[in-house]
Amino acid sequence: MRRQAIGAAALAAALLTGCATGGEKAKPLRINQDPFPSTYQRYPGAATLIRGVTILDGEGGRIEGGEIVLADGKVQAVGTGLAAPSGAVVIDGAGKYVTAGIIDVHSHLGDYPSPSVEAHQDGNEATGPARPEVWAEHSVWPQDPGFSRALTNGGVTALQILPGSANLFGGRSVTVKNVPARTVQGMKFPGAPYGLKMACGENPKRVYGSKGTMPATRMGNIAVTRQTWTNAQKYKRKWDAYEEDGGEMPDRDLAMDTLRGVLAGDILVHNHCYRADEMAVMIDLSKEAGYKIGTFHHAVESYKVADLLAREGICSAMWADWYGFKMEAYDAVRENVPLVHQAGACAIVHSDDPNGIQRLNQEAAKALAAGRRMGLNIAEETAWTWLSANPAKALGIFEQTGSLKPGKNADVVLWNGNPFSNYSRPERVWIDGALMYDANNPRLRPVSDFELGQPGEGDVK
Amino acid sequence: MCALLSATPAAAQTIAITGGTVALGDGSEPIPGGTVVIRDGRVVAAGNVPAPGGAEVIDATGKWVTPGLVAGFSRLGLLDVDAVDAANDVTSEGPFSAALDIAPAVNPNAQPVAINRADGVTRAVVAPAVGKSIFAGQGALIDTGADLDPVTRPRLFQFVELGEQGAEEAGGSRAAAHVLLRNALREASELGRFGSPVASGGQEQRPGVPENPTDPKLLTPQAQRSQDVLLTRFDAAALVPVLRGRQLLMVHAERATDILQVLALRREFPNLKLVIVGADEGWTVAERLAASSVPVIASALSDLPGGFESLAATQSNIGRMRAAGVNVAIGTINDDDSRMAFRGRHYAGNLVGLGKVPGATGLSWGEALAMVTSRPAEAVGLGGEIGSLRPGRRGDVVVWSGDPLENTSAAELILIDGVRQPLATRQTKLRDRYRDLKQDVLPQAYRR
Repeated sequence: MRRQAIGAAALAAALLTGCATGGEKAKPLRINQDPFPSTYQRYPGAATLIRGVTILDGEGGRIEGGEIVLADGKVQAVGTGLAAPSGAVVIDGAGKYVTAGIIDVHSHLGDYPSPSVEAHQDGNEATGPARPEVWAEHSVWPQDPGFSRALTNGGVTALQILPGSANLFGGRSVTVKNVPARTVQGMKFPGAPYGLKMACGENPKRVYGSKGTMPATRMGNIAVTRQTWTNAQKYKRKWDAYEEDGGEMPDRDLAMDTLRGVLAGDILVHNHCYRADEMAVMIDLSKEAGYKIGTFHHAVESYKVADLLAREGICSAMWADWYGFKMEAYDAVRENVPLVHQAGACAIVHSDDPNGIQRLNQEAAKALAAGRRMGLNIAEETAWTWLSANPAKALGIFEQTGSLKPGKNADVVLWNGNPFSNYSRPERVWIDGALMYDANNPRLRPVSDFELGQPGEGDVK
Repeated sequence: MCALLSATPAAAQTIAITGGTVALGDGSEPIPGGTVVIRDGRVVAAGNVPAPGGAEVIDATGKWVTPGLVAGFSRLGLLDVDAVDAANDVTSEGPFSAALDIAPAVNPNAQPVAINRADGVTRAVVAPAVGKSIFAGQGALIDTGADLDPVTRPRLFQFVELGEQGAEEAGGSRAAAHVLLRNALREASELGRFGSPVASGGQEQRPGVPENPTDPKLLTPQAQRSQDVLLTRFDAAALVPVLRGRQLLMVHAERATDILQVLALRREFPNLKLVIVGADEGWTVAERLAASSVPVIASALSDLPGGFESLAATQSNIGRMRAAGVNVAIGTINDDDSRMAFRGRHYAGNLVGLGKVPGATGLSWGEALAMVTSRPAEAVGLGGEIGSLRPGRRGDVVVWSGDPLENTSAAELILIDGVRQPLATRQTKLRDRYRDLKQDVLPQAYRR
């Protein structure tokens, strides 16, 4: 998926050579697809055994009175009657739960950080309806205090930070580990593919319609989107030919680079889309353009077309009970998540909110309870797939995380009770096997630079 | 409440809800196997009491029974959809501020009312939001009943912004906001001299509820005003009851110093009956809040430094204030307050869970329930009327499938003023319409 990188100087030299040789075609050069590479390295962690604990493994499995062994950054073993490796920290998990870490597919931590002041409004490049050239990671402020709340109250171990929805093409997303770092590169999830944020509906047409420019209507949204993909196809043909045959390097367009990455299947599509009818239009549009929609976000009406979404293999990222803040959220129902799940489609509980991300487990619980009330008998361990396995799949990181299978990253939460209860909280959170939060140890509570020296520094939050 | 649902006339009738776990909402712990008796729309007894003979008995065995939830601070009933301007009456950019009375804008047919009712919210403190002044106008207490008579107490309080938002409305500075406030009260004071004298000894008006929102005497040419006035006559007249302590002054303030400035107002204006809303940094001045006896309607789970006025925000805020003796309740200011008041019970449950986190301060279960029932009622001076199942309170009762502070529980029976309420909403109807997507003999549009 990642193409071999070359340095800028080498590229310039090669171009000059290409011009000088005349008749003979120059060999094609590869563009660096990863110019802001992850510098994340896992922190050291002690070998750990949690015993006698209820385990929800994140992909549908449940073990009562089980054990889990973490070492060398990985889940080593999950089962019952497991012995502690020599020298391991042993934690008694009686009455507690262990789950795969929660993964939020929709966050604006860092690009709409706290404090929410004008100088921090970095999520929407609302200067043109198609801005696939912008990358959310270039807006992310690693000192957003919200990351720590998502860790300590939410048990969130990884998250996708997206551009906003003012634009039809909002730009690239970035998937990060919820580990404090000085730079965004220090948080980037190694090996995670990029995402492209797209948007349907009210937001783009309102933002640009109010400026007297296209799109001002839903049909305008679709027209601009289709035309942009048509341009991207042309760009892709040109570059594909160049990469095949060499010759003169075509002009590089950062916007089109992103869309070409989508058409090549390297970049995953995250499409903000509330209404069922618009989802159906976007599905046809994606087929015409030649890409696959990975996930519909804020998919408030997925329950109306859950069969279609199951057939197309598209995930829905949903809230439990948000409704009515705008027209396209007017038909929200509390059973959306379980109805989508029941139809055999991929269901995800997401936040889009620095408060909601602290309680995604409770949001899943509300959805689960609403489903059960209407007769959909979904197990707790199955519902946890909405928080771990399914978001990991939607982000293209399921091989590394999203469930507690041996060999996977030890992204693990120990809850002090049933995590579907309002009365439970994370007691400890491990990321890649490193203990990043321990409720019993005030030293293991991250404090952002912004909060240092302020009222409430280091307080429980 | 005047209209009765045809199938369930409840007034002039005795209802006994028996066998459930009864929580009174006054801070006490729940009572297993309790009974709640409602007669003529009011609670007459609750707890370990017998069901009177002849009562309509509702068996709540295995269920939980509580007073209806009270939204401590909301904008419920003021809109259908937030982003649809024509259907949103929260804010006015018009010429008036303090004179605005939100009562005529409340629409009990708006979906958010039904959706919150179905989740056990039976009363709501409803405030307008500021437009072009620090004064938003006069808020009300409403019920969420399925009828066209929603307002329980109009003109219950005047709402004013005195934090970051107040500074912005006043021209960009807290100093400006405080001068505006003092000037407005000065203008009210001057105009008030022409009004009716405060009733003393004789016929008491209900506390906090001026019978006459705008004393007509203040609007006549005889009520002379100075030349150098800023407020319209209506706005100045509307502040006369505030100045006299006949109407609550509800102030939004988050920062510690803003809270202290609000408390200090009573040195200049001793009759003010203050309520503070928000108070993210309240725990840092909890002792002084407690000493003032000023009630606080706080945001339960606010724990981010969303602005520079909330740097010390923590979920322990309410627990710490309560432990210090502050009269505190849960509200949801600027937290989807037009739609999501039903979150209050989840927030309360979280404060119970918070108690298990080392270093944090949470609440007992009984206190947590009180935060969304009796405490908000008491904060607006109506603890004798609503918010608990103590005798004499209005018959607002909810029967829950389980512990109401748990997200897995749902309301199964709702009484408002003793009248049984519908549980169906647009949401439940949409769910039922689309629960089966298989093609039928007619499109989904025919299913209802």
